[in-house]
Amino acid sequence: MATTTQAPLAAQLRSRWQSLASHRAIWPILALALIFTVDGVVSPGFFSIRIVEGRLFGNLIDILYRAMPTAIVALGMAVVIGTRGVDLSVGSIIAICGAVIAWRIHAGDPHALVLLEVLGVGLVCGLWNGFLVAVLDIQPIIATLILMVSGRGIGLMINLIYGGTNPSFISPLLQLLSVGHIGLIPARLILCAALFAALWLLIRRTALGLFLESVGGNARAASIAGVDARLIKFAAYLICGWCAAWAGVVLTADTHTSDPVSEGLYIELDAILAVVIGGGSLAGGRIYLGMTLLGALVIQTLTTSILTSGLPPEYNLVVKAVVVFAVLLLQSNNLRRDIGSAFRRSTS
Amino acid sequence: MREKYLPLIATITVFVALFAIGGLLYNNFLSTLVLGDILADNAFIIIAAIGTTFVIISGGIDLSIGSMIGFVGVVIANLDPLGWHPLASAALMLAFGLGFGALQGFIIEYCDIQPFIVTLAGLFLLRGACFMVNLDSVPIRHPFVAAFADASIPLPGGGFLASSAMVMLASLAAAIVIAHFTKFGTNVYAIGGDRASAGLMGVPIRRTMVSIYALGGLYSALGGVIYAFYTSSGYPLAGTGNELNAIASVVLGGTLLTGGIGMVGGTLFGGMILGLIATLINFNGSLNGAWIMICSGALLFLFIVLQRSLVGSLRSRSTA
Amino acid sequence: MPNLAMAPHFFLCPYVSWRRPSDRPMLVRLCESELPHVPQTSTARMELTGVTKTFGAVKALEDVDFRIAPGEVHALMGENGAGKSTLIKILTGALRCDKGEIRLDGQKVEFATPADARSHGVDAVYQEVNLIPTMSVTKNLTLGRQPQRFGLVSWKEARRRAKGRLKRLEIDIDVERPLGSFSVAVQQLIAIARALEEDTRVLVLDEPTASLDASETDLLFKIIRDLKARGMAIVFITHFIDQAYRIADRISVLRNGRLVGSDTTLNLTPVKLISLMLGRELKQAEERKTAGPVARDGGHALIALDFGRKRTLAPIDLSLQAGEVVGLSGLLGSGRTEVCNLIYGIVRPDSGTLEISGALVKAASPRASLKCGLAFCPEDRKAQGIIPELTIRENIILALQSKLGWLRQMTRADQERLADKMIDALAIVASDREQPVGQLSGGNQQKVVLARALASEPTILILDEPTRGIDVGAHAEILNLIRRLCGQGLALLVASSELDELVAVSDRIVVMRDRHKAGEIAGADMTRETVMHMIAGG
Repeated sequence: MATTTQAPLAAQLRSRWQSLASHRAIWPILALALIFTVDGVVSPGFFSIRIVEGRLFGNLIDILYRAMPTAIVALGMAVVIGTRGVDLSVGSIIAICGAVIAWRIHAGDPHALVLLEVLGVGLVCGLWNGFLVAVLDIQPIIATLILMVSGRGIGLMINLIYGGTNPSFISPLLQLLSVGHIGLIPARLILCAALFAALWLLIRRTALGLFLESVGGNARAASIAGVDARLIKFAAYLICGWCAAWAGVVLTADTHTSDPVSEGLYIELDAILAVVIGGGSLAGGRIYLGMTLLGALVIQTLTTSILTSGLPPEYNLVVKAVVVFAVLLLQSNNLRRDIGSAFRRSTS
Repeated sequence: MREKYLPLIATITVFVALFAIGGLLYNNFLSTLVLGDILADNAFIIIAAIGTTFVIISGGIDLSIGSMIGFVGVVIANLDPLGWHPLASAALMLAFGLGFGALQGFIIEYCDIQPFIVTLAGLFLLRGACFMVNLDSVPIRHPFVAAFADASIPLPGGGFLASSAMVMLASLAAAIVIAHFTKFGTNVYAIGGDRASAGLMGVPIRRTMVSIYALGGLYSALGGVIYAFYTSSGYPLAGTGNELNAIASVVLGGTLLTGGIGMVGGTLFGGMILGLIATLINFNGSLNGAWIMICSGALLFLFIVLQRSLVGSLRSRSTA
Repeated sequence: MPNLAMAPHFFLCPYVSWRRPSDRPMLVRLCESELPHVPQTSTARMELTGVTKTFGAVKALEDVDFRIAPGEVHALMGENGAGKSTLIKILTGALRCDKGEIRLDGQKVEFATPADARSHGVDAVYQEVNLIPTMSVTKNLTLGRQPQRFGLVSWKEARRRAKGRLKRLEIDIDVERPLGSFSVAVQQLIAIARALEEDTRVLVLDEPTASLDASETDLLFKIIRDLKARGMAIVFITHFIDQAYRIADRISVLRNGRLVGSDTTLNLTPVKLISLMLGRELKQAEERKTAGPVARDGGHALIALDFGRKRTLAPIDLSLQAGEVVGLSGLLGSGRTEVCNLIYGIVRPDSGTLEISGALVKAASPRASLKCGLAFCPEDRKAQGIIPELTIRENIILALQSKLGWLRQMTRADQERLADKMIDALAIVASDREQPVGQLSGGNQQKVVLARALASEPTILILDEPTRGIDVGAHAEILNLIRRLCGQGLALLVASSELDELVAVSDRIVVMRDRHKAGEIAGADMTRETVMHMIAGG
């Protein structure tokens, strides 16, 4: 058994603090706490929640509600980033899915089937990305760039052939999933929670998580240890495409229109940010599902807070950039080390 | 023939082939008029892409290009009613581009955060700054801009080389000199080829990387200036998505995203290929704009697979 | 021209009996006559005193003194992990020492960066050619020192200079081709050409002959002698004993971060040199040998017939019995690692058959091999072994989990139990089993990779340099562990450059030479000398 030494109390406390400070959850939670504090000061009544016509209302609910599409995409993105990859095409996958929804509904398919078809399309897109990365061994940024550039065009093409420009549709089932509510809780929250649970089970209750993280950490070593690196990378992009399809359902049903040009625009950037704020590294290695959700919340909280604070909405992007930056800098070990040593020098 | 020119030759071949296809499909396509138009319309994005080429050759990436283009235009347009001469505003914005790029480079190198994330934050920051300055599109009324937009050199065959294209060609010439005839340029290729070895060989890596991003920022700002002059306005949403176009131009130009291999000259043709595809599709009134995206994606795919097999053969040879 | 690369062990000739005096190869006599006269100078060109360097918990160098005179070729030797590369990095400014002093021509200096050292005339050429493969030879040779005209680089002049430098080394190549398109040997010579400036005072060559053949080595030595005559001090790191004796004036030996001996080549006998490098290990290994091979009664665990791959390995026959230890011996590049990679399925064979426990193996892949009961511990732990962000526990159970598949996840309790068992058995030093492997020292990382292979419950274990980088005290433990496992029926294939350990632990030794099997030695014949004889080719 590995031996542990009895260290004096001060040293123990210091190492506790160090391990706490380096625990990745600290920074997004601190960021959230800070933003909420500012909210409480600047916008009194920020935290109030009321029930109107059987639904919950309030800023907090709003934050959760609006964060869902990004959060769902971010879950899949976290898996891909864990394998040292990235998927820039999720926005385009959403656009394609939107077009497919409108098309199949107009074609008369039962809506439950449409849902399955859309998820299938997401899987096919993931298969394509996976093929480029795992089989052709193309760098993920450039491989997924291909679908990113052409995907919206594909969506537009589907619309043209089957529905005209920006076809709209009515679908009680899909709209329930997207904007409806079950009891007091918005359905999309439950959807996200279910997706999180499903992914968590898949990754932590099977060996898939270990294989994904080992491929991300050192693909060569993993394959020598018997992991089928190709198949694992495929799986990662499949999962990401699947999650993007779900986000596509939520976003499209929300507007009940297919708009391939602007649907999910820049969502890949927000998703990547969510993963990074949640502690994931673009260099691969670890998948933090829960913290990714936290990261998505941080981003949305920022946006909503700015809106409610009375600041002109134009300030949104700038504040977002600054805060995200601050979190990243603090997470960066270099900076912490430099600040820490500067602090120690001044107090010694 | 030097093997290093192979990707460039491939790009030029594709461009010529596409141009020829256009000539077959439409009347009056094979003219300097069309060529001149493509150059003029895409000059701004090609300029920005040229700067990005340096960043990508060194192994980095810059996502803030499009937002820089928008920001530069918005500031120039809003300084116009205050009495600023457009050239003075342009000079100011070029300095800003240089400084902002250097700041991004500094954070990437000294805080050890990945370029993707840092320049992503830069994208948000600059785009947000656009909105903060002015939410609406603002025209630039100074007579200089109109004169600039009109200025052009007639080409044999009826076409015109617009002023924006001239600036682009001049900036390209400067970039070629920097890349291939200065110590700095060689250092860029060295860092991209093998960063660790470059360090051991005495290349000042951090300083060079900061300069690379500064140069990229300068060129993006220049692209923004040209765009503003060309459209005679400052539009807060200008340049949205252009970072993608720029990266695609660079890749189509034969530069590898892994770094170390590539030519700025190729970016010119890569950008023109994208412009040509758009022109080809627009020439046909009945074709939808969606085809532009699909064709660009398909071409990108072909190029990437081609590059992959080329690099693969180089690698296997060196281990023999 | 006799193949000098095969010469190494002939130099231990006083201890090998020759049938006739004329049997002693001409080259040995040549070598002896080439031994240079040691210049007696008291002013050192470069002097390091009391150098100490620690990385976290690991003491890479402890109180090391190193001295080199102008016009002296000084060989620095020691096994892997002894501290040679750390010393060189400090010498050339890539690292700063924690304690100690550096003097250059009598003056105290402190190098902040390699560029700083370069400007003082101290340069190094490393074993991994640290040049830029994607750039042309001209650009590589002139990087940082390009000739300029009106502020712009003059490539015509640069090409001329590059060609000139290479001409001095008698190399004539197309300097505009990318560096990566040339063989490693040529790349190395180009690297040396780069390091030779007008003002170079000290040149460090780190394993320069590792990828060179005999004629290329001759050329290199000729160049070294020229430089020596011009007063350059040359530090020459090598593991080839014959080359050290051939070219060096002095030999210094590092072991476990300490300088254990330094003397002129005239005074230092090969036996003394080997004992300095291996230390007491020599005695321990010999003791174990007298214990005799473990009795085995299993059938054939592995039979490879005519098994090979074009340009990688000539077809070989190899067999392993349960409970047997077969050693793979040979020089660097002889094919030891290739045999391991082919059998384990990392590389596909294109000829021959492989039978494991009587069943023919069809699909060559690590996964398939694991399922058949093979396990592999690779040589390069950093590139092929450890997954740095994952914990010790996760690294250890990975291969076993791959065998089980993704659905049948091992319970946490089982994982912890297995990890603890391995940490104990191999004495892995870490704060706890949840520590990320990237934080461990090199030797402990190697142990984790070994643990992973053992944990997968193999019937056949392939080890490529299992004791590389592990501190010398632990070698014996690992060898003991190996013997115990064989007593339990495990078949073992061990590739190693540590000849004494191989002889001590193996029942049979397969000797590789130039990518083909030179022969096998077993039983009482199996001594260090006979193996070396077979390696050399007789």
